[in-house]
Parts: sequence; C-alpha cells; structure tokens
Amino acid sequence: MTDASMQSPETGRHGVSLTAADEHTKKRAKAEKRFRAYGIAAIATGLFFLVVLFTSILSQGIPAFQRTVVSVDFTLNEPQRDEAEGTLFKTKAYSNLFIAQLNQELAESGISVDFDEAAIERLLGKVGGTIRTYYADNPDKLGEPVNFDLAASSRVDGYFKGRVSRDTMQDSRFLQKSDLDLVDALEEAGIIKQAFNWPFITGADSGVDNPGGAGIGASVVGSFFMMLVVLGLSLPIGVAASIYLEEFAPQNRFTDLIEVNISNLAAVPSIVFGILGLAVFIQFMHLPQSAPLVGGLVLTLMTLPTIIISTRASLKAVPPSIRDAALGVGASKMQAVFHHVLPLAAPGILTGTIIGLAQALGETAPLLLIGMVGFVARGYPDGFLAGFTEPNSAMPAQIYTWASRADVGFYEKAWGGIIILLMFLLTMNIIAIILRRRFERRW
Amino acid sequence: MNDMTRVERAVDSKDIKINAKKVQVYYGDTHAIKDVDVAIEDKTVTAFIGPSGCGKSTFLRCLNRMNDTIDICRVEGDILLDGEDIYDKRVDPVQLRAKVGMVFQKPNPFPKSIYDNVAYGPRIHGLAKNKADLDGIVEKSLRRGAIWDEVKDRLYAPGTGLSGGQQQRLCIARAVATEPEVLLMDEPCSALDPIATAQVEELIDELRANYSVVIVTHSMQQAARVSQKTAFFHLGNLVEFGETGQIFTNPVDPRTESYITGRIG
Repeated sequence: MTDASMQSPETGRHGVSLTAADEHTKKRAKAEKRFRAYGIAAIATGLFFLVVLFTSILSQGIPAFQRTVVSVDFTLNEPQRDEAEGTLFKTKAYSNLFIAQLNQELAESGISVDFDEAAIERLLGKVGGTIRTYYADNPDKLGEPVNFDLAASSRVDGYFKGRVSRDTMQDSRFLQKSDLDLVDALEEAGIIKQAFNWPFITGADSGVDNPGGAGIGASVVGSFFMMLVVLGLSLPIGVAASIYLEEFAPQNRFTDLIEVNISNLAAVPSIVFGILGLAVFIQFMHLPQSAPLVGGLVLTLMTLPTIIISTRASLKAVPPSIRDAALGVGASKMQAVFHHVLPLAAPGILTGTIIGLAQALGETAPLLLIGMVGFVARGYPDGFLAGFTEPNSAMPAQIYTWASRADVGFYEKAWGGIIILLMFLLTMNIIAIILRRRFERRW
Repeated sequence: MNDMTRVERAVDSKDIKINAKKVQVYYGDTHAIKDVDVAIEDKTVTAFIGPSGCGKSTFLRCLNRMNDTIDICRVEGDILLDGEDIYDKRVDPVQLRAKVGMVFQKPNPFPKSIYDNVAYGPRIHGLAKNKADLDGIVEKSLRRGAIWDEVKDRLYAPGTGLSGGQQQRLCIARAVATEPEVLLMDEPCSALDPIATAQVEELIDELRANYSVVIVTHSMQQAARVSQKTAFFHLGNLVEFGETGQIFTNPVDPRTESYITGRIG
C-alpha cells in the first residue's frame, strides 16, 4: 500500500492511490465476479440441456423422414389381368405374377435366392391388393412397364435403420432370418433402397400394425383448422374484452373480480377445459366428436386469458399522454382508443396472440377428452367447411397416439412428429418476433 | 414586472368567456378545489399560479372536462362557457373539447407524421371538405403555431422526431387546428429550454389576438411576461384574482405577497 502511494501522486481518499484497491473494494469486485460466474453457469446449463434435447429429438426423429422402398418394374398385360380377374383369389393371382417378375429381375442381375409368397408378404405386406387397385384405377397403363415403389414392412425398415439386427432377432411371423438374405440380395440388385418419406409428411395415420404407412399430414390439417377457430374467436373476443376492461370499464369491485378471475383462468389446468368442452360442446350442444371445431372451441377458452392478459399489458404500456392528446383535440374515447392507442399496442397484442396460438397448438390434454386422440383419420377432409366438422386428429394428439402404440416403428414416428410440431412452433415464434420488430413504433 | 410592462398591459374590459362560480372538485374524499370563482375574459391571457398541489391544474382540467376521464373525480358548481353550463347533462364533452383546446405539460405529439398530427382534429370533426381544404387548415395551423417555416419541407416526417420546443409548438398547432375559442395550457414550457420557452411565450402572446388563453405555470416570471390576468391558488382556494400587474406589484392578500416574494411555495 505504501509503495503504491509513493509511486503515484497522492490523490483520492485520504491520500491513498487510486491504483491501490483496498480490502473492501477487492471484496466487492470478487462478489461481482462470482455473480457473473453464476450467471454464465446458469446459461451454460440451460444451453447444455437445450443441446441435449435437440440432439435427442433430431437423432431419434430424423429416421422417420426416411423410408425403405422396394422399387420394382412390373408389366401387366391385358390377358394376364383378365386371367387374374377370373380366378377365385384375385389378389393372390396378382401377387404370384409380381413374384414371378421379381424372380426374373433378380435372375437377370445374376442373384439367386429362394423366397416364397409368404416371405414377400412379410417384406411388403399384401402386394397383390396394391397392384390390383392400381390397375383398376389406371387401366391405360396395361401392357407397359410401371415402376412400383412399395413400402417395406416396419421390420425391414428397422433392419435398414439398425433397429433390427441379424444376431438378436427371433424368427416370427413378422420376419424370419431367411428374409434378411432376400433383403440383402434385393439391396445388392438395387431393388430395395432408402428414400425420403414423403408419405410421412403428406399422409394420414395408419392402422396399429402398419407403422410404415403412418403420416402426420392429416393431423397437420386438423391442427390448422383448430388454429383457424382459435384465431377467429379468441383474437376478437380477447381484444374487445381487454379494451373494455382497460379503457372503458369503471374501477369497482365487480371489475376487480373479473380481473382476478381472468388471471385465475390462465392458471387452470388444460384438462379442466377439456372436460368442460366435453360436457358443454359435445354432450350439451351435440357438436360432432373429434372435430377440429370442438377442439378449436376448447383451445379458445384456454387461449383467451393469455390474449387478454397480454393485450391489457400492451394497452397499459401506451403512455397516457397519447390518450390525453387525442381527447384534448376532441376525439371521443372510442376514437382515441382505435385511432391512437390500439395501433401503438398492436405489436404487443400480435405477439401475445401468436404465443397464445403456439401454446394452443402444442396442447394435448384437452384433446384427450373430446376424442381427438386415438382416432385414425382416413385422409384429408372433403373441402374447407368439412375441415371443421369432420373427425380429425391434431399434431400433438397424433404424436401421443403414436407414442402409446406397441410397435417400435411408431416410436420413431412420434419423434418425427415432434420435429414437425417444433418446426411449426418455431415458425410462429419467428413470425411474432418479425411482426414486433416491424410494427414497433417509438414515441 | 417593471413599470414598462405595466404600461403595455393596457387594461380594457372585455367579454367574459368562461365564468366559473362556486366550483368544488373532489377526488374521492379529498376536497381539491374549494369555492373557486373566476371570470376568464375573451382575447386575454389568464395565468394560474400557485405552489405545487394547489389545484391549479385540476381547475384547468375542469374547464374542458378532462377530469371526466378520472373515475373518482367529482365536480360541483357552475362553469359557464358563453353563458352555457358545460357540465349540463346535454353537453357532449367531445364538442366542448373542440371549442376548448388543450396543450399539455409534456409535448405529446401522436407518433404519426407532422401533417397527420395537425390534420387529426379537423378530420374527426369534419372541418375539411376535401384534401385541399385540409392542406389549407394544416398550413394555417402550423403558421399560427409558429412552426410552419421549420417543418414545411418535411410535413410527412414523424412528429416525434422534432425537438422538444418544436414538438410543443406542433402540439399548439394541433390544438388550434380545430378552431377552438379557448386554449388551455398546462405548464406548456416546463419541459423546454429557455430559447424554446421564449418562442412559445411569444406564440402565446400572438394567440391572444384570436383566443382566450388560460395558462398554468410554475414560473412567476412567465406569468408576469405573458398574462394580463393572474389567479393565485393556494391549498385549493383561489386566494386572489386580478390584473397581473396589480398581483405582482401590489397584492391584496398577504399569502399572495408571501408567495411571489418566495416566502411560501
């Protein structure tokens, strides 16, 4: 201490040099450093878990976007078709024709392997039916070679993705060890291969024994219609309610009570809204079960408090001087609100709405109770209006359904579905940020 | 305050524009304004002075019913504008506020263009028949606000981008755009620097030719500079009301004297 004060001019507290830190200052500096370290540690922990989460989702979910297909060139002549149609077991006849051509193709590639009809069924399911339906729909394709991309069964798909291995598998009615020889041969001939799984993105859910054919497309549509209902109802109702409460309502016991209840509603567990929806919308009002309309109504109830709270917060954030200014030039209260306050609050309202929608999009529990879970949608709804009333599933409900099914093939689909759901949520959040940036005005 | 200004302040009696009689204002249980009688003349600048919390701003806000926006505020007594009670049940405060304009303590332009700021009032009151009409009103108002020359080249720039003094003059231009008869100013210069204050004061003096101006101010020098009549408020009471020259040089009430000499307040 004395050295330092001798080297530098004697300024500062009681002749002590500025460059010589005293005990107290050192202690404070240390505390500050410690606090910074805590903060960095907290953020690092958060980031670590985020990375773990995303890696596990991506590593488990990416395979869902790949599928194993058997690509076979197949030619059917008119006489062959007529002959097949003449037999008693029509699809079996088609199947036999297919196997014969497959054998021929393999022989041309110089690969010889023994397989029978049962093996083909284990690998590809019932091929005959698929082929017969195709030619019934496209009779003009008769006589010319058609390339069939047939989805391989879940076990074969698993063999390619490493779920099923030769050493650990047991012979069963789903797959036998000898089938794997056939699969290897087909792979060598370039007949069986991996391809991007478009049907997963565009298709509808499949039956419990066919994970390969399951797609999330139909439930994306279901979620879309639900979100339309939620947006169409909760935005106008929520904004109108908040404007009234914030700008017009008198301050009294009754409005206080309403305020408290809105805050309470935001904290009500979503399953409660689900059972309310079941009792009111389905049992009392007799709206169709499993319909996006009902799902949307239930989610509207859930989203309303979120929207009201965020809208009121953004209305409150508009400086009162703007209201004074508008009233001062003779605007009515409504003009002041709609011309000046609402435009300034709009970015906050939009952000709140989109975040509320994103919450609703990921909500599963209320959908359990109104029958949107465990439902196998056949495909897309017929037309726009039917989209609201036809039974459908929703993304999170679909994911839940897949996760609860026995076949491991569905497990992979569930992770893939989560990736798609997260992509939608991220997109919505990005839109919220962009809107906020664009419309934010300073005063 | 010197003799010169007193000579300039020619005293001639004018029409009474606003006549307030026995006005009481309550905030909940608090009696904020007690028995105030003021007669505000046309084409005159009337200053309200007094220590903070004495009720001068509250009383000012009664004159165009801005207190209506406060739930717990209650006004009793009569305030007559040209002989009509402004608290009559049939009076729409919106129409009243078009006649009695207001300029606030903090410049509060709308976060819109300079043009839209001024054009807003005429638009909602339907004062302009077409775009050319509106352009005319905007130009006239900005000229009256003594800001036209500074903003004529950037009418479509945001009003919030102006300097504080310019913003306040824009607010004055906005207030006069609706052709009011009375202009209320609530400490219009308290957020401004001395140069901007001088500009606004000069403007107030010019506005006197067309309007009855009521100004609340904390600065006694300002009251002396711009007003012809002065009202001194203390603890919710109107202590003294009269010619500005007389109030500042020869006050009747001892409280007024204490205040202007700096002993209270």
